[in-house]
Amino acid sequence: MAGARGLALKQPSVIPGFGLALGFTLTYLSLIVLIPLAALILYASSLGFSGFWQLVTEPRTLAALRVSFVISFIAAVINVIFGLIVAWVLIRYRFPGRRFLDAIVDLPFALPTAVAGIALTAIYAPNGWIGGLLDPWGIKVAYTPLGIGVALVFIGLPFVVRTVQPVLEDFEREVEEAAVSLGATRRQTVFRVMLPALLPAILTGFALAFARAVGEYGSVIFIAGNIPYVSEIAPLLIVIKLEEFNYGGATAIAAAMLLIAFLIILVINLIQAWQRRRFSQ
Amino acid sequence: MDALVGNEANRLAPSTLASKGGWEKPMQVTVEDVVRTFGITPALHGVSLDIHPGELVALLGPSGSGKTTLLRILAGLDFPTAGRVLFDGEDALKFTVQERNVGLVFQNYALFRHMRVLENIGFGLRVRPRSRRPNRNDIRHRVLELLDLVQLSGLEKRYPAQLSGGQRQRVAFARALAIEPRLLLLDEPFGALDAMVRRDLRRWLREIHDKTGHTTVFVTHDQEEALELADRVVVMSQGRIKQVGTPDEVYDRPNSPFVFSFIGESSALPVDVEKGKILLDGRPLNLVAKDIPSGPAELYFRPHDLEVEDNLLGGIQGTVSAQRRHGGSRRVELEVDEQRHRIEIDLPADFEPNLGDRISVLPRRWKLYR
Repeated sequence: MAGARGLALKQPSVIPGFGLALGFTLTYLSLIVLIPLAALILYASSLGFSGFWQLVTEPRTLAALRVSFVISFIAAVINVIFGLIVAWVLIRYRFPGRRFLDAIVDLPFALPTAVAGIALTAIYAPNGWIGGLLDPWGIKVAYTPLGIGVALVFIGLPFVVRTVQPVLEDFEREVEEAAVSLGATRRQTVFRVMLPALLPAILTGFALAFARAVGEYGSVIFIAGNIPYVSEIAPLLIVIKLEEFNYGGATAIAAAMLLIAFLIILVINLIQAWQRRRFSQ
Repeated sequence: MDALVGNEANRLAPSTLASKGGWEKPMQVTVEDVVRTFGITPALHGVSLDIHPGELVALLGPSGSGKTTLLRILAGLDFPTAGRVLFDGEDALKFTVQERNVGLVFQNYALFRHMRVLENIGFGLRVRPRSRRPNRNDIRHRVLELLDLVQLSGLEKRYPAQLSGGQRQRVAFARALAIEPRLLLLDEPFGALDAMVRRDLRRWLREIHDKTGHTTVFVTHDQEEALELADRVVVMSQGRIKQVGTPDEVYDRPNSPFVFSFIGESSALPVDVEKGKILLDGRPLNLVAKDIPSGPAELYFRPHDLEVEDNLLGGIQGTVSAQRRHGGSRRVELEVDEQRHRIEIDLPADFEPNLGDRISVLPRRWKLYR
């Protein structure tokens, strides 16, 4: 399959079925990922560059893109910080209910995002449990960009926890002990020895949480308030354009998002590749 | 002793590098009745030990003997349930790991893999509080000196992943030495290395120790390593110290069957002692056991401490049941008559007995235990 025999791809191996497996992988990825994305690019290119540029640089579109990417970025950063702490606690300490807590981390994966959005809105609305506490201080969460952040933090948390957890678990105790015996304080051990070693996993978690946040739709539209130029996310704008039968506009925003997301993930991957080269041969 | 150490210390800039309680003088370590229990399982039952300044001591024992636990207690990574640990007469237990200023080397190197060799070795100096931290140039200078000492000059820019096992362990060593430790603790330092590298590093460690004169304790389960390297060997088993002595003492005068069989190779035969005579299956051996009370006992001896006897009456008689080449000699397995115990004897390599040949041997050196 996939002409592996003719090319020099086929190497003697104890694991059989390279041709079949590669062929399947390529076909599968094409059907699920590449062809839909190619169609998107194709349609966007039919707009012509000036047409595309005009649609993307519409102030409302630019505002939506900014809201989406900036808040997703902030949410991913927050997730890295708190996801690390959660992973740390789950790995390093033994306490009653640890397994239960560990299972809860996955909830954002499993919960329908609309449910999450509605629940968060109910809690953070000015008359909700937490919103009610914040309201007297003049802090409004629901129906503001802050609310978008809360929703994106919620859905992104498991990505960081689940990527950091196994690496932290495998972290050699002796490396820590070596640092301490060399006179490093607890803080120095954590920040100079452990975190740098966890960095590749942290970056992966960050990239996943960020990518997920950029594409998030269901939970955000309930809590965001969706005010154009303020709390309207790009995916919502795409849906709005579609409902107006403005397929060109929808496609242009989608293509722009794809491009930006691709560039950001590429940069993260390059950083990781650079690190891998240093850490291992 | 002072002169030995001063040599090395003088090459550093003492004004910037000397730490409090620095390494001008090697340290005396005293362990008094240390008990350590994990839950209900005791890992150490009241262990006492004196380690003299500048000494290279091996903690030798099978796994589960408590040797690593003792090392970790010295390091401050574990704490005794009871007992005292003194560094130069001062209670060490009140100091944290960081304050003990102890150099630690692990079996699996435990290097910081995101740091270059240079940064790894300098780590202990860079994390010092500002008041005691040498400036960047001094650190660099010191690290390069240490690299020279461990014979890795030129590799300072490498990452640990780009080094061989032996090189990594040398880096770990230099890193431990950088903090001018009062005590060096090595946990199976050669355990992860292959035989050739291990032999080289052993010699190298001995040289470094002779140069720097640190009081050094290393843990090993390899008796050959302990005998070759250590000034004194501490033989441990099941949380107790069985014997402490120079390599000659523990090898030639083991005080228990355990030490006899754990150090070096040995065979044992059940015998009876009667009025100064040793009886094997009722027949007297040509060995004199004066002042040994009568009764059953075990006769221990080493394969290379045997003589092939012509006098068939006074020797241990048996038939050859197996033979194989063993280094420079030939190891022959002898099935002793009647009790069918097997003993091992070393014969010259060019002597090739056939299976079933009858041989009579007599130990030159032996010990009786009961």
